Amino acid sequence: MIRVVLPAHLRTLAKVDGEVKLDIQGQATLRSVLDTLEARYPMLRGTIRDHVTQQRRPFLRFFACEEDLSHESPDTPLPDAIATGKEPFLIIGAIAGG
Amino acid sequence: MSKVRVLVGTRKGAFVLTSDGKRERWDVSGPLFTGWEIYHVKGSPADPNRLYASQTSGWFGQVIQRSNDGGKTWETPGGGITTDPGGMPKGESNKFVYDGSAETGKPLTTHQWYDGTQRPWEFKRVWHLEPSLSDPDTVYAGVEDAALFRSTDGAKTWQEMPGLRGHGTGSKWQPGAGGMCLHTILIDPSNPKRMYIAISAAGAFRTDDGGKSWKPINKGLRSQYIPDQDAEVGHCVHRIALHPSRPSTLFMQKHWDVLRTDDAGENWHEVSGNLPTDFGFVIDVHAHEPETIYVIPIKSDSEHFVPDGKLRVYRSRTGGNQWEALTKGLPQSDCYVNILRDAMAVDSLDKCGIYFGTTGGQVYASADAGDTWAPIVRDLPAVLSVEVQTLP
Repeated sequence: MIRVVLPAHLRTLAKVDGEVKLDIQGQATLRSVLDTLEARYPMLRGTIRDHVTQQRRPFLRFFACEEDLSHESPDTPLPDAIATGKEPFLIIGAIAGG
Repeated sequence: MSKVRVLVGTRKGAFVLTSDGKRERWDVSGPLFTGWEIYHVKGSPADPNRLYASQTSGWFGQVIQRSNDGGKTWETPGGGITTDPGGMPKGESNKFVYDGSAETGKPLTTHQWYDGTQRPWEFKRVWHLEPSLSDPDTVYAGVEDAALFRSTDGAKTWQEMPGLRGHGTGSKWQPGAGGMCLHTILIDPSNPKRMYIAISAAGAFRTDDGGKSWKPINKGLRSQYIPDQDAEVGHCVHRIALHPSRPSTLFMQKHWDVLRTDDAGENWHEVSGNLPTDFGFVIDVHAHEPETIYVIPIKSDSEHFVPDGKLRVYRSRTGGNQWEALTKGLPQSDCYVNILRDAMAVDSLDKCGIYFGTTGGQVYASADAGDTWAPIVRDLPAVLSVEVQTLP
């Protein structure tokens, strides 16, 4: 089970409170987590990754275990602490606008 | 008794303002979609409970929202939570992909940038949603970078109408200061195959075959500083409007000048007359008087606020050229707001109501065709769009 923390606006859009918990088929990677997230919450499609290119939107980043994974290959396995649910996978919106 | 419902899009959410036919007491509900830019909210003329909203964000991109109950509840069409990911693709209501196929015409890949170089088309947001006059599930979307999309399944999926970008002048279109946006979509109520659209900064275009083919309709527009005054495209049209009873007469607020055409855009002529400035964004037509039109002059393109600190709506009862300032109930000192291009609307009650919203967050209404005004609400986020529904 993977724990995913969404930015506040995406939690509102997905109509969820707190963390999202996902069961991933196969290895936990950026791609498999996001694929599973979007399959469960289709309204999030296009808000994290581009529909066509699957590129991360520029003002979002992916963090796990205090590491920035935004530029990792989407198929790189996520840390064990993420795969086991010990630590959450964080989708962070750029802190801006002030 | 009739009611009106005013749909307001702002920089930080949407608001719904409702009143009875007197339009004296208002209920303000919202914000909806808190914190997101709401470029436009509009109801279906065929089913007033069906509303569409364009919700957008620099972080999260485009979202389309739909209501089937007049704005009480909203959904992302085809985007509901699922426990079974199989079946039809879901979550595509915000998927706006330009048509690059050879089969549908001439795939167009670049447009002109500010410096004259060519730049790839890139979807940014939906500026305007125009529901079909007859089918609640059909809706058109004007987007940035400029293109026209259509949905026939209630906004679950979108397809570009590629004949517009591919008709031949697309590589000469360029962004205005607000981006290269398709911001106006008008459907001819007497001929559903005829539509007009407008793009900043390309101009106005018309289709007579339901959107398969398009032609620029900019003859007579004059835009100082562009190299060729007779250019087929390149004019910064801010807004066009028509009266349903006379759909071949269009009124235009351009970056410079107010103009009209009486032959469906084949020829335009200036009707700015005695307006205090030549710049502005909004223009609209009285619901029952096809020659009564409204604009709100803005000081200039470099000073995007009303002139002399006075908020004045100008009305012409002669289809242009002769204009009167409408000031009763509007601030006449120390006012420095702007009124953006989609932020004026008219209702269709016997005494026509006029509505507009400002970048200062006020929404003003007149229940007597502009003679007197009062604010419905004063302190919203900056208003991007105003639409009104007249309900039984």
